[in-house]
Amino acid sequence: MSSTNGTTNGTVKGAALSLDQARRYARHIILPEVGPVGQRQLLAAKVLLIGAGGLGSPAALYLAAAGVGKIGVVDYDVVDLSNLHRQIIHGHANIDRPKVDSVRERLADVNPDVQVITFNEPISSDNAFEIIKDFDIVVNGSDNFPTRYLVNDACYLLGKPFVDGTLFRFEGRANVFLPGKGCYRCLFPEPPPPGAVPSCAEAGVLGAMCGVIGTIQAVETIKLILNLGDPLVNRLMLFDSLSMEFREVKIPRDPACPLCGDNPTIHELIDYEAFCGAPVTTLG
Amino acid sequence: MANVRVPAMLRPTVGGERSVAAAGTTLRELILNVDERHPGFAGQLLEPTGEQRRFVNIYVNDEDIRYLQGLETPLDESDVVSILPAVAGG
Repeated sequence: MSSTNGTTNGTVKGAALSLDQARRYARHIILPEVGPVGQRQLLAAKVLLIGAGGLGSPAALYLAAAGVGKIGVVDYDVVDLSNLHRQIIHGHANIDRPKVDSVRERLADVNPDVQVITFNEPISSDNAFEIIKDFDIVVNGSDNFPTRYLVNDACYLLGKPFVDGTLFRFEGRANVFLPGKGCYRCLFPEPPPPGAVPSCAEAGVLGAMCGVIGTIQAVETIKLILNLGDPLVNRLMLFDSLSMEFREVKIPRDPACPLCGDNPTIHELIDYEAFCGAPVTTLG
Repeated sequence: MANVRVPAMLRPTVGGERSVAAAGTTLRELILNVDERHPGFAGQLLEPTGEQRRFVNIYVNDEDIRYLQGLETPLDESDVVSILPAVAGG
């Protein structure tokens, strides 16, 4: 990761800004913490979104608007009417179309600087490394446990930062896993038994909650790209919208973690549907 | 009486309350105290063997009890206990 002033070993990252880009990103560039060099870093960054649903929608929109130069999106679902109360990147015109097509078209309109790479396929142990390896940071907007453990493991094994978020009714959580500083398995060593935890489809979710948590994921991603501030590493942010309260709890790295602990037993991707006892349904 | 913050997923087991006060000098005592008034509560957090369920985290203030003394972590009246089941919604 580059230093705060946007240089890597003294070399400025990314191409020089055009006049249009200087206008588009003027309110970023005027921030001393970003500046033209930081904006060039954003334009040179590559971020992968797992899921183009509730969390992926605001994250994609804000990352694209911020000028993150390459955004990958993994989702094999199509847009459904029941998505539209929370998945704000999609609209009526895209119902029944692949979500990744909807995302590509919307982001092209938000910011033509952004290259969108789409993966209209399930992410699995067979393709996760190939999909993730060329990106700098992975943002998780998946909505099922097998995908969550798969992406966690793949990110750790590839050494990629993993920006996580979850939703449940009126509550949300967000945090960042950096390789070597703990992982999702340190937080939850085992998934719940199938059926023990209801999904958003079963329990419901306040649509605007997706905006809060997905946008926090975008902010954390931008902070990582620019090496700014204190990311949500080793701490889990909890948001309760009914009390309008943010809290944090600590997430230590678990020395006994089978993936990132002192004596790991997981060295490659496994069968996550078997591990969780449940099939992957949709991503977001 | 320590305060237990109950996540949305478990609120049906405590009559919809967002937090409950409960007595106990250890976390295990506190959980069983809540369970006396709200039967079924302990079963959400503990396995039938009495061990903590691996997909439900419990925090005393902001510390994960797995890094304290587990269910035998001592409590005082100013402590806040938070329960976090794994969720995957996105």
